[in-house]
Amino acid sequence: MKNKKNRPYREFLLQGNEAIVEGAIKAGCRFFAGYPITPATEISEAMSVKLPQVDGTFIQMEDEIASIAAVIGASLAGVKSMTATSGPGFSLMQENIGFAIMAEVPCVIVDAMRGGPSTGLPTSPSQSDVMQARWGTHGDHPIIVLCPSTVRECYDLTIKAFNLSEKFRNPVILLVDEVVAHMREKITFYDDEEVEIFNRIKPNMPPEWYIPYVDTPSGVPLMANFGEGYRYHVTGLTHDIRGFPTSRPDEIDPFIRRLFRKISQHFSELQFGDFYETDDADITIIAYGCVARSAKRAVIDARQKGLKVGLLKLNTLWPFMRTAVERVLNTSKIIIVPEMNMGQISREVKRVNKGSSKVFTINKVDGIIITPQEIQARIKEVA
Amino acid sequence: MPEITKLIHKYLRHDKKFPHVWCPGCGIGIMLGALIRAIDRCGFTKDEIVLVSGIGCTGRLPVYVDFNTLHTTHGRALAFATGVKLANPKLKVIVVMGDGDAVAIGGNHFIHAARRNIDLTAIIVNNSIYGMTGGQYSPTTPYGMKTTTSSYTHIEQAFSISELAVTAGAPFVGRGTVYHAKLLDSLMEKAFMKKGFAVVEVISHCHTQFGKLNKMGSAVEMMQWQRDHAVTVEKAANMTEEELKNKFKIGVLIDKDLPIYLDEYEKIREMAKTKNK
Ligand SMILES: Cc1ncc(C[n+]2csc(CCOP(=O)(O)OP(=O)(O)O)c2C)c(N)n1
Ligand code: SF4
Ligand SMILES: [Mg+2]
Repeated sequence: MKNKKNRPYREFLLQGNEAIVEGAIKAGCRFFAGYPITPATEISEAMSVKLPQVDGTFIQMEDEIASIAAVIGASLAGVKSMTATSGPGFSLMQENIGFAIMAEVPCVIVDAMRGGPSTGLPTSPSQSDVMQARWGTHGDHPIIVLCPSTVRECYDLTIKAFNLSEKFRNPVILLVDEVVAHMREKITFYDDEEVEIFNRIKPNMPPEWYIPYVDTPSGVPLMANFGEGYRYHVTGLTHDIRGFPTSRPDEIDPFIRRLFRKISQHFSELQFGDFYETDDADITIIAYGCVARSAKRAVIDARQKGLKVGLLKLNTLWPFMRTAVERVLNTSKIIIVPEMNMGQISREVKRVNKGSSKVFTINKVDGIIITPQEIQARIKEVA
Repeated sequence: MPEITKLIHKYLRHDKKFPHVWCPGCGIGIMLGALIRAIDRCGFTKDEIVLVSGIGCTGRLPVYVDFNTLHTTHGRALAFATGVKLANPKLKVIVVMGDGDAVAIGGNHFIHAARRNIDLTAIIVNNSIYGMTGGQYSPTTPYGMKTTTSSYTHIEQAFSISELAVTAGAPFVGRGTVYHAKLLDSLMEKAFMKKGFAVVEVISHCHTQFGKLNKMGSAVEMMQWQRDHAVTVEKAANMTEEELKNKFKIGVLIDKDLPIYLDEYEKIREMAKTKNK
């Protein structure tokens, strides 16, 4: 088919989970290991069909600990890799996510959030893993977490997740909620669409000159794949620039600081989101995931009634979009943060707020999405 | 320098700070010697070998040798290795684990790796104890022995790692000891050449913990214990159950052919592509 501007295109009605799979394949993902869990199972199922078609490999492991371990192993052998899970499995993965951070192994982890704690609400949405995605693994560490709210964003942000993980040699977590994972929307792919794909930067010097964990201007060391002639040691122990375990304070300190710096010095490249009608807004809603959809509806309705309401939609959750939030804190005296948890992102908003605005929350933990009406009611209450 | 030492040196990482972490007299070093000699005899290049380990005294082994080396998390080495092998089937992936690593925290991965039959070699140093953390009981600590978490006595029954591997479906399982060095060399060589999942259980000693707590003497005396309690598979065939009591078998316990995961997966790829057309 061709559209009005004569661009050839194809249209699909895709589920969020299916769009994640399409995005992953487009980004070059060729290895997937997972363990079934609602609401992420469709990702495993679709990967088991699609990956062998493109000479990739799918494997269902014995649990989520093994799944993330296999993903890290495959990435070290040079193949872009992903796993997908929900709360209980995400909890099991945490130790090895820390390994990937420590050993600087690119990989993508999808967490389709459902209600928790524990087995919780397998088939209902929630946004309660925001802080776990940030701090789930032990030890001080950097992380990148992206959060789509539409099917199109599932596709785009999965590609971004792979690019960022390859660029920064860090795991990237794609945090979706049950609504976004399961809902279907039309998605259009243009044949002439240019998709930016980033591949890890490999060494090209002679192997004896290669220092696997040495600092670079970007803070990200060059990554050799296993089997390509650069034999080196990979460990979850604190290591020196050669990768060998160390307990020397003068080697540990710069290493841990570099891990943080490689992300923080590229802060501006990691900020994805959308300002919607915020410039003149007296009240700004800050929302993400499925709740951002309700919030947008609430903004449209409020504007029709003559109220100056705007929306800051967050697609990056970590590193926290401090500058974007500061911008709306400067323009709006009232901020509302609706979330399907007891207040995880709102804590961050309050942290960034220096008393210039009032921050209100809506916290829903009953497994039912926050509706536009509930947001409208809150606007009325606080306006 | 004798030839055999020269050979070992060829594979050690000389830019890595020695000495190693192991206690003098530990059996892990003997196992490392066997591993290097077998790799050399099989003719693998250093670049094609990926040596994966978990956490423990045994888990520290890869850092000393000049291969692609991956020191993972406690119990998960086989799962990491699965990803490495599937992503690049040309690599020769060898996994070394302790008994706690392989059959306590990693027990689930171990039986599933055996069942799946991916082309990996799993070498398990069974010293009947958690060496690295200071001598607590492991799934292979025999009934009635003392450890730092069973200082009265140990009341659990022990796993037989090799029998577990056979039952879980591993097509190759061998058991040796660090006393029987020549047998160990040949078991490792056979395991490396085997197509499919191959297990070598290495009965070893931790004289500083297990030996000390159970008054079993020095490393040498513990190796003499291995000599006196091991029976070759061939000899055992002609022995009565009574004679085999308190003994363990060494040698090739099973060697059979099963479909290899990666060969099977290649068929899946063909099916996926024809169906897609
Ligand atoms: C998740 C986790 N739990 C516990 C430990 C602590 N730990 C380190 S090594 C070890 C046991 C090692 O015993 P074994 O696997 O038999 O190896 P050995 O030291 O005897 O060679 C334990 C419990 C750990 N590193 N990680
Ligand atoms: S503690 Fe035991 S197993 Fe560990 S190095 Fe010492 S003797 Fe060997
Ligand atoms: Mg042990």
